[in-house]
Amino acid sequence: MEIKLFITILFSTIFINNYVLSQTLGICPFLGVSKKTDSAAGMGFAVIFVMTLASVITYFIYKYILIPFSITYLRTIAFILVIASIVQLVEMAINKLSPSLYRALGIFLPLITTNCAVLGVAVLNVDSGFITKEFGLLMTIVQGFGAGVGFLLALMLMSGIRERLETADIPFNLRGMPISFIIAGLLSLAFLGFAGMSF
Amino acid sequence: MSIKKEFLKGLVEKNPVMVLGIGLCPALAVTTSVSNALWMMIATTFVLTCSNVLVSLVKDYIPSHIRIPVFITIIAAFVTVVEITLKAYQPEVYTSLGIFIPLIVVNCIILGRAEEFASRNGVFISIIDALGMGIGFGLTLTILAFFRETLGANKLFGYTLIPGFKPAGMMAIAPGAFITLGLMLWAMNRIMVSRKHKK
Repeated sequence: MEIKLFITILFSTIFINNYVLSQTLGICPFLGVSKKTDSAAGMGFAVIFVMTLASVITYFIYKYILIPFSITYLRTIAFILVIASIVQLVEMAINKLSPSLYRALGIFLPLITTNCAVLGVAVLNVDSGFITKEFGLLMTIVQGFGAGVGFLLALMLMSGIRERLETADIPFNLRGMPISFIIAGLLSLAFLGFAGMSF
Repeated sequence: MSIKKEFLKGLVEKNPVMVLGIGLCPALAVTTSVSNALWMMIATTFVLTCSNVLVSLVKDYIPSHIRIPVFITIIAAFVTVVEITLKAYQPEVYTSLGIFIPLIVVNCIILGRAEEFASRNGVFISIIDALGMGIGFGLTLTILAFFRETLGANKLFGYTLIPGFKPAGMMAIAPGAFITLGLMLWAMNRIMVSRKHKK
């Protein structure tokens, strides 16, 4: 019974409510880092990791600190500081443990702090009421992980298209940002098709 | 003379959304109606002005290696003020902007201006810079929202425009936002290029 619920959450965050293409969260890194497939993959994996971790930690902070002291109105400050410190910690940990991974992900990590999808998933976890539910922690993890995978998927698709656009003959005024936005719009239109899927 | 220059640069020459390509997430997400766009502009300009003032006041006391966390905390505090105020006095606006009110924290425009301008300049000129940038951001949002509301919902400020006209629902959701902004950037490029030719 629960398994089905988790699969629904996972699919809905990856495809139906894709954070980038249907909720327009995390657009800055989506357009900024999607020029090359390698860097898109690096950014995507870093985001999956930070989002999952941030979801877990903000869950505990909200449930065991903000609610008991009834200071839930401080969640924006608390969450953004938690995310900023997670990013910093992850950066230091990766640097010590695996320098090769650090070289691959390193430059993307500081950018993740201002990725609004990360704060977005933390706030949405609270807003969707996972805190009070049974298996709330697992749902939070699944949603955080799914949001990250959805981000990676959108980034990979976009970078694949943009690598081909490099050699395409595009009208001068449309080059760069305008054509990227129109492509993103078409991708997002394609993702609308998933909205018809139901479980 | 310089005051006028600092104010106007945010509107055209360094417009955050159209030229610098930052603050895109709220620009795409909240522009389903003109009134939402205007409220977003008020909220963002308020946070931007307050954070610029505070940052330029305390800039000499912050050690440079911890300045980013300090800036983020300052911004988050003002965002919380906006969040609580809107929740109390404008509950409808609070619900329709939803998650994008806490997400003002990660709007790169605000951190960008704190880092690039307010931490290097005096209080008064920082206020002018914040107002220019905030209004420039809001202006873009309003234009985008005008097209999306009229075409996507056949309404303006909630009033029906042409009775019996069936609106294009696509404009009201994510794909419409991406494509409209792409076309706006194209039009802007076009105007800029033809201006250069005239000179």
